[in-house]
Amino acid sequence: MSLAAETRVAIERARERYPQPRSAVLPALWAVQREIGLLTPDAMAEVAGILNLAPSEVEAVSTFYSMYFQHPHGRHEVVVCINVSCALRGAEEIVEHIARTLGCASGETTTDGEFTWSSTVECLGACGGAPAMQVDHHFQENLTPARVDEILARTRGAAGPTPAGDR
Amino acid sequence: MAEFKLLTNDIGAPDLETRAGYERVGGYQALREAFKRFTPDQLVQEVKTSGIRGRGGAGFPTGTKWSFLPKETFPRYLCCNADESEPGCFKDRFLIDNNPHQLIEGVLIASYALQVNVAFIYIRGEYYDQRLTLERVAEEARQAGYIGKNILGSGFDCDVIIHGGAGAYICGEETALLDSLEGLRGQPRLKPPFPAVKGLYGQPTVVNNVETLCNLPEITLRGGEWFKSIGTEKSTGTRLFCCSGHINRPGTYEMQLGTPIRELLEEECGGMWNGRALKAFQPGGGSMQVLLPEHLDLPLDMEEVARAGSSLGAGAMVFMDDTTCLVDYSMRLVDFYEHESCGKCVPCREGTYFESLLMHRLEAGEATTAELATLTDICSNMDGRCFCPLGDTATWFVLSAYRAFRDEFEAHCGAGRCPVRTRSAALVA
Repeated sequence: MSLAAETRVAIERARERYPQPRSAVLPALWAVQREIGLLTPDAMAEVAGILNLAPSEVEAVSTFYSMYFQHPHGRHEVVVCINVSCALRGAEEIVEHIARTLGCASGETTTDGEFTWSSTVECLGACGGAPAMQVDHHFQENLTPARVDEILARTRGAAGPTPAGDR
Repeated sequence: MAEFKLLTNDIGAPDLETRAGYERVGGYQALREAFKRFTPDQLVQEVKTSGIRGRGGAGFPTGTKWSFLPKETFPRYLCCNADESEPGCFKDRFLIDNNPHQLIEGVLIASYALQVNVAFIYIRGEYYDQRLTLERVAEEARQAGYIGKNILGSGFDCDVIIHGGAGAYICGEETALLDSLEGLRGQPRLKPPFPAVKGLYGQPTVVNNVETLCNLPEITLRGGEWFKSIGTEKSTGTRLFCCSGHINRPGTYEMQLGTPIRELLEEECGGMWNGRALKAFQPGGGSMQVLLPEHLDLPLDMEEVARAGSSLGAGAMVFMDDTTCLVDYSMRLVDFYEHESCGKCVPCREGTYFESLLMHRLEAGEATTAELATLTDICSNMDGRCFCPLGDTATWFVLSAYRAFRDEFEAHCGAGRCPVRTRSAALVA
């Protein structure tokens, strides 16, 4: 038994909430990722136990969705949109600036473990405020390199990360 | 101003995101009226009369969709599709950010009409703050007796569950959404059976878009005939248009259907930026075909835009100025579909892969003319041959752009670099 009692309770509550317990898989994986920062085989086996599924059924779900991850990420998550509306308004310059500032490529984590960042083709739904990104799941819009610097500095200084999803 | 505010009329009212603020502008009156003045069947009829068509992209008449539910089969489910991920589209987020109780009221009215006791709002994982907002307002509504048992003394029970996705465009396809909601990988199901007959947990299910449901309070209060008087004969009401790209005022604008596209661009969006000329635009989100300056006088009308070879789709308008490279633009869309293909069927999984490979070589100026010619071949093996519309629509923009800008596509062949895009064009002006 490795998950925290609080996480187990959240998963059990989700199981009771839905007409069928299996519907609690996505909320359960969010709860696990919030607690331990990633999805490990052990944790997924535990989720499977609570929901009365085979571990492989839970793992199959976890690899389908882009917001779940199986490897440790930094304390803060930065996702930069490079789809059409953002590209038309300078997303490429923002991406280059972030790569330079953080000193690592898209998909990687800074050496101090503060940031994992990636560019994404999955439109974030912030086209009216393009170019845009999300930092710890919160929208940051109308970006310029100077605004990016400001946001990253503020985030780096933040006491703790914004939870990477809950319930 | 050209805007026509029906859905967005109350936005800006104080504390609208709270129950008290929403009630001050008449919120939840429509739900009371629904219980008082309509039987569920009459309400379905009223929505049919309104002529409202789904705002998610396909434009299917909502009342007709509702009437496909088999009589006497229970339980039934309602799923609100808030998995908004169409490139260029951000209207559902706008509605949830600005007037979230309006959506809850719409969900409850639809649930009453359809005799649904458990309704879901499936919201994409990236809309994290929006999910928290919906959870908060659903709890407020529950405490006020709008959600739960015997709502407002009507004898009608309804629970509303907010379900967060986790990053997958395909879950906006209604049957993939249902699989995802059932705790599976979000892959589309074979149709028929349609969700109305066999949907969530194998039961009759209606899947409606956020904006569609947000229209229900007004339709309930003012009637289907009144709603029908707005817009055009076949495209009734208003729609939210998400405008982005090279324009002076990007944003969400509510327009009466039938208004010329030019009015939206020039009056609401403030025209093209930096005094540049319009080169092309995409009228319905990432899936829809390219349109040209000569199409600006078309009305915002589903039939008219379809006749011009494109679609109003999900109501997203992306405008491109004369510095834009259509190959680069197409490549980004193709990359998106390649990334989001669920992998279930071969034409989509393999087709988007080869499309993307080709478009990258073309944009880099490395493809040969013979390679470019394979684009049509790849696309013809996808469109109409895929399991769901994702693979079909992965071909629509790029092929339409290839047709309309053939010289530009061909100029890339063997050029060694992109002949159109200069570094400065990509910068924020």
